[in-house]
Amino acid sequence: MKSLTECTVGCEGRIVKIKAKDPIKGRLVSLGLTKGSEIKILDHTLAKQTWEVESDGTKIALRDEEAATVFMEPKGSCE
Amino acid sequence: MKCGNCEEQKSDNRDARGGVSGLKKIKVALAGQPNVGKSSIINSMTGARLHVGNFSGVTVEKKEIYIEKEGYEIEMVDLPGIYSLNAYTPEEQVAKNFLYNEDYDLIVNVVDANALSRNLIFTFQLMDMKKKMILVVNMIDEVEKQGGAVDRHKLEELLGIPVILTSAKEHRGVDEIVDYVIEVYKKNKPKNKLFYDERIEEQIEKLIRVLHKSPHFKDPDEARFIAIRLLDRDEEIYKTIHDLPIFIELHEMLGKIYKELEMEFDEESTSDILSNERYALSKALVMKTFKSPPKRVTLTDRLDKLLIHPVFGLPIFLFLMWLLFQITFEVGSIPMDLIDAAFVEVSNTIKAVLPSGAIQSVLSEGIVPAVGSVIMFLPNILILFLGINLLEQTGYMARAAFLLDGFMKRFGLQGKAFIPLVSGFGCTVPAYMAARTLKNPKDRIITMLVLGFMSCSARLPVYVLLIGAFFPASHAGNILFIIYISGAILGLIVAKVLRTVLFKGEPEPFVMEMPPYRFPSMKALSVELWIKAKLFLKKAGTFIAGASMVIWFFSSYPHNSQLVQNYEAKMEAAANEAQKVHLQNELAAKELESSYLGTIGKTIEPLFAPLGFDWRVSVATLSGLAAKEVVVSTLATLYAVGDADEKSGTLIERLRENISFKAAVALIVIIMIYSPCIAAMSTFWAEVPQWVWRGFYMIYPNVMAWVAAFGVYNLLDFLGY
Repeated sequence: MKSLTECTVGCEGRIVKIKAKDPIKGRLVSLGLTKGSEIKILDHTLAKQTWEVESDGTKIALRDEEAATVFMEPKGSCE
Repeated sequence: MKCGNCEEQKSDNRDARGGVSGLKKIKVALAGQPNVGKSSIINSMTGARLHVGNFSGVTVEKKEIYIEKEGYEIEMVDLPGIYSLNAYTPEEQVAKNFLYNEDYDLIVNVVDANALSRNLIFTFQLMDMKKKMILVVNMIDEVEKQGGAVDRHKLEELLGIPVILTSAKEHRGVDEIVDYVIEVYKKNKPKNKLFYDERIEEQIEKLIRVLHKSPHFKDPDEARFIAIRLLDRDEEIYKTIHDLPIFIELHEMLGKIYKELEMEFDEESTSDILSNERYALSKALVMKTFKSPPKRVTLTDRLDKLLIHPVFGLPIFLFLMWLLFQITFEVGSIPMDLIDAAFVEVSNTIKAVLPSGAIQSVLSEGIVPAVGSVIMFLPNILILFLGINLLEQTGYMARAAFLLDGFMKRFGLQGKAFIPLVSGFGCTVPAYMAARTLKNPKDRIITMLVLGFMSCSARLPVYVLLIGAFFPASHAGNILFIIYISGAILGLIVAKVLRTVLFKGEPEPFVMEMPPYRFPSMKALSVELWIKAKLFLKKAGTFIAGASMVIWFFSSYPHNSQLVQNYEAKMEAAANEAQKVHLQNELAAKELESSYLGTIGKTIEPLFAPLGFDWRVSVATLSGLAAKEVVVSTLATLYAVGDADEKSGTLIERLRENISFKAAVALIVIIMIYSPCIAAMSTFWAEVPQWVWRGFYMIYPNVMAWVAAFGVYNLLDFLGY
């Protein structure tokens, strides 16, 4: 189990836990980021302050604080 | 939702509504997540009349269309995009309020075929409402082109509501929506097909039994909806039951149910349990009805590789912004002179046609030039809005926010705040409106409060005049640049201060969908532009005309006929033309001095004295509140040079004679910081309903401007200037 911010671009896996509190959690869920959904890290800014992920055809941008609350089980090695 | 006897009220309303034109009315709420193409559907419906207004009490735009068919008049309200009934942003709240409290007959839920499973989660929440409903699966063309498909009949069968596959772009299925609306309206409500896990349903049943004890929730469908929303931790619904006699019993039971379910499902909240349920349901539905296209690298993926590249992303963004402002001001300035000339012509015609007097001069000197000077900016504003709309509709705006969020966050702002801030260099009015793209009210207020520090184009004439008078020509460009940059830096610093002092707390989270890049619909763009132009012209014709009348009145009255007679006599006796002009200017200045505005100037003089201003500079400063360009013309009149523009050599000489260098710099500082023009202030007023922020907005920039000017004045004094 790794938080999104511990992963590198291109990393794929399945979300296992979201530690964010409501209402942010609710927002993540309504965008499709929920326990069990597949996720892929697409990009981050130079300073890794903002991240872009993809889940079920939807691309989502989130800040490092929010990204750090989403945990995934990576498929294969994600180094 | 609020009333137990809604049914009767509804039918009453219906009769009243139907009576006017003899047509039966059907009111439809068009709901869906953002970026699903709801507006495109509305825009491409055949035979629709568009009406644009505001949702009551808020400045969120409300688009409605009216269609007449088969003896029905169908009113369709385009609700703001909403991801979930657990509303998060103010715009979502507007949509939610409408869905909960308004009187409408059925819901048309639009979903994006490309992201069906995510969209269906919201569909399930809507289905809980037990309203008559139609599901519109939009952008089906994109899915089919890639080899995917949606099994419409299967989806209809599983959901129990009609499903229409549409593509607004190809005008496919769009007009079918109306036929279905009429058909569904005539039919009875369909049976519920949406059930959750047995353990959840058990608890819902328990809640319904308690709810039924209240006369408000006798309707089983409504009671079920309330019960589900309570499990989903919907605060609004909680508030509606809060004042009911059954509250205590319900509250106790809820506490128990929450605990039981959370234990059983091992989740933190019942809301999570329901989310998981809906997610699982939607996955299952999609599996049965959706043939997903083979995965491949899309255009969006490829564009994103470049446009949000960690290194190249920012320079590309800056270039696009630069281009937008270049076009805005280069192209926008072309019709400016024409508009100006047209209004001068109108003014002259009025002078020629009407007998001279108060009415003639309020029209030709007060209202027409003022309205003209505002309408002159219409081309700029339209181009800027077209550009911003293009950025938004293509999906690039989300990328810009992504790129800038890190930088803006350091100043307590959001990535998206960049757009209104940059627009502020053009004109503060559209910039305030552009701040609507900020969903979070705190972010929006902070952005709007610092927007005035981005020097707008109307301040340019004042800067040019003062720099010309008090700085060597070789440095003029640099000084101007310093003024603009220091305004922007000041804005960012103030934003930071506001965030730490007045809007304390966690920085607002930034979680945003990055919609796929799309070619914008030309029709939608032109409709948007037309609406903007209409609203702007309406404002210019009403508010600005009124305000300019007031300013004109204060500067023209009371009339001193004694003074005029004296000068007329002197002018008769004048030896040559030059002397005559000189006397005329002097008369204008004297008249202004004895006008209400002059009296006000004398009164406020002590306030500006510490900055080295005399009453004339004080009045000019004050008049800048009407419009910044007015500062130049007021200075010109008050120093009796007549119709001088900012390049006038004589005015520059007069300024040098009458104003010290220190005071001039102080004036520049004031112009840079204090309240923007009346048009901008009234826009702020309209956009921000809270009196606290309206009051704060009226005071703090002016206090800050004074303090900063005072500081600069004394610093220069100390340095020996």
